[in-house]
Amino acid sequence: MSSEAIVGLYVFVLAIFVGFEVISKVPSTLHTPLMSGANAIHGIIVIGAMLVSAAIGGPLGLALGFFAVVLGAANVVGGFVVTDRMLAMFKQKPGQKPGSRT
Amino acid sequence: MDLHALIPLTYLIAAVTFVLGLKGLSGPKTAVNGNRIAAAGMLLAVAATFFDIEFQTYGVTGLIVTAAGLLVGGSAGFYGARVVKMTAMPQMIALFNGAGGGAAALVSILELSRGLTGAGVMPGETISSMLGLMIGAVSFSGSAVAFGKLQGLITPKAFKYSGQQIVTSVLFGGMILLSLLLTASVAGWVAVPQLAVMAAVAGLALLFGVALVMPIGGADMPVVISLLNAFTGLAVAAAGFVLGNQLLIVAGTLVGASGTILTRLMSKAMNRSIANVLFGAFGAAPAAGAETGGAMRADDGRTVRATTAEDAATLLAYARNVIIVPGYGLAVAQAQHNVRELADLLESRGVNVVYAIHPVAGRMPGHMNVLLAEANVPYEKLMDMEAVNPEFPRGARRAARSTGCRSSTSTRPSRSSSSSGA
Repeated sequence: MSSEAIVGLYVFVLAIFVGFEVISKVPSTLHTPLMSGANAIHGIIVIGAMLVSAAIGGPLGLALGFFAVVLGAANVVGGFVVTDRMLAMFKQKPGQKPGSRT
Repeated sequence: MDLHALIPLTYLIAAVTFVLGLKGLSGPKTAVNGNRIAAAGMLLAVAATFFDIEFQTYGVTGLIVTAAGLLVGGSAGFYGARVVKMTAMPQMIALFNGAGGGAAALVSILELSRGLTGAGVMPGETISSMLGLMIGAVSFSGSAVAFGKLQGLITPKAFKYSGQQIVTSVLFGGMILLSLLLTASVAGWVAVPQLAVMAAVAGLALLFGVALVMPIGGADMPVVISLLNAFTGLAVAAAGFVLGNQLLIVAGTLVGASGTILTRLMSKAMNRSIANVLFGAFGAAPAAGAETGGAMRADDGRTVRATTAEDAATLLAYARNVIIVPGYGLAVAQAQHNVRELADLLESRGVNVVYAIHPVAGRMPGHMNVLLAEANVPYEKLMDMEAVNPEFPRGARRAARSTGCRSSTSTRPSRSSSSSGA
């Protein structure tokens, strides 16, 4: 196994633990924004798409690369904007503490 | 120091912002900033990628393809996210999730094709590519079906046919077998037309995604979207292995972990296992609107009784405490404003009103909170299932599926055993 793959595996396994730790504390009232936010974060695939955008020459290869970037960019921008709009809904009550429950 | 050496550091910063972003989402106060921090990290990573050595070898071609793609995809995503109504949010998330899955699948296809057609490829890399391709493609077509169901383009009811499980299993088995065949071929054990096999796997994975989601009813879509979200995360992580890019691995794995937790929480809240949601017979929303009786007939023959906020308020005004248990029907019928109206009328008569929010009420986990927040229901009035259950002996229960809407056709007022609608 190449050392690059080993490093990748380390990162993978540790990220699983970080993910579980960070996310298990989210209250259920914020689950939809969390899902939406996570949805935006996997839009990072757009940089993967950039890195292979012209990996294969020819019309088909370039078209596939173009679509990969389009899909990735839609995922990133759409995901973050939707999450932001959703979170704004929770904020718009002046004079109230959103964190507290009766 | 060479400027290119800074790129991995930029990626590290981006990875940190993603963790901080998710952490920020754990509280309503920090959530907005968390989301923006993650977005800033994303922007940084994309900007840094323009300086990547590999990217720069593509020259002007790569630049044009990328710039055009970013422009088209970015503006489509922005437009879709801005104009969509709050109630249509779930299907937009499904759509963006599918886009990410499709992108991950294409990245795997392109990188693997480059290896197969010249640059050379190792069996290990082939396995990662096939995983990225399969999971991404399943997420893509599955999300497309989920979008269609939520948007009403496809019937939201569970779509069942005889031999369905056989078809699904055959698609899954064929996809795995062909992937193994391709890996064996890369290792030099067998000779097959590699690109054709790869295309066949992609096709089977797309069909499998459709076969997986079609039999699941609209009320179960929250769990499915959450699962597909986790799938896309894993596909992105697999693409990270293919490209040797740690940022993709970190971000994809974080999402994979969050989606898995959410999916488990939701299934648990419904007193069902994930397997039961995916393959069980309960996909369709059960008949729940019929028991009230009344004059009107719904499309599917069940009865609907229409009422108005005023009438309902008059009836309920005799109670001192009213607990509203909003469910899937309210989300589908977009009745959150009517419910707010009802609550206002009741409160003006001195009735104490709270909302009991089941964790997976609505069309996505936590969706009900968003809907009610849109109707300006104060956050303090929303109570979690555990917090509100002891209150029920005191309160007059009411499933908020009526209020003059067409929502009672296929409702599941709430799923917890203790808070079924009155």
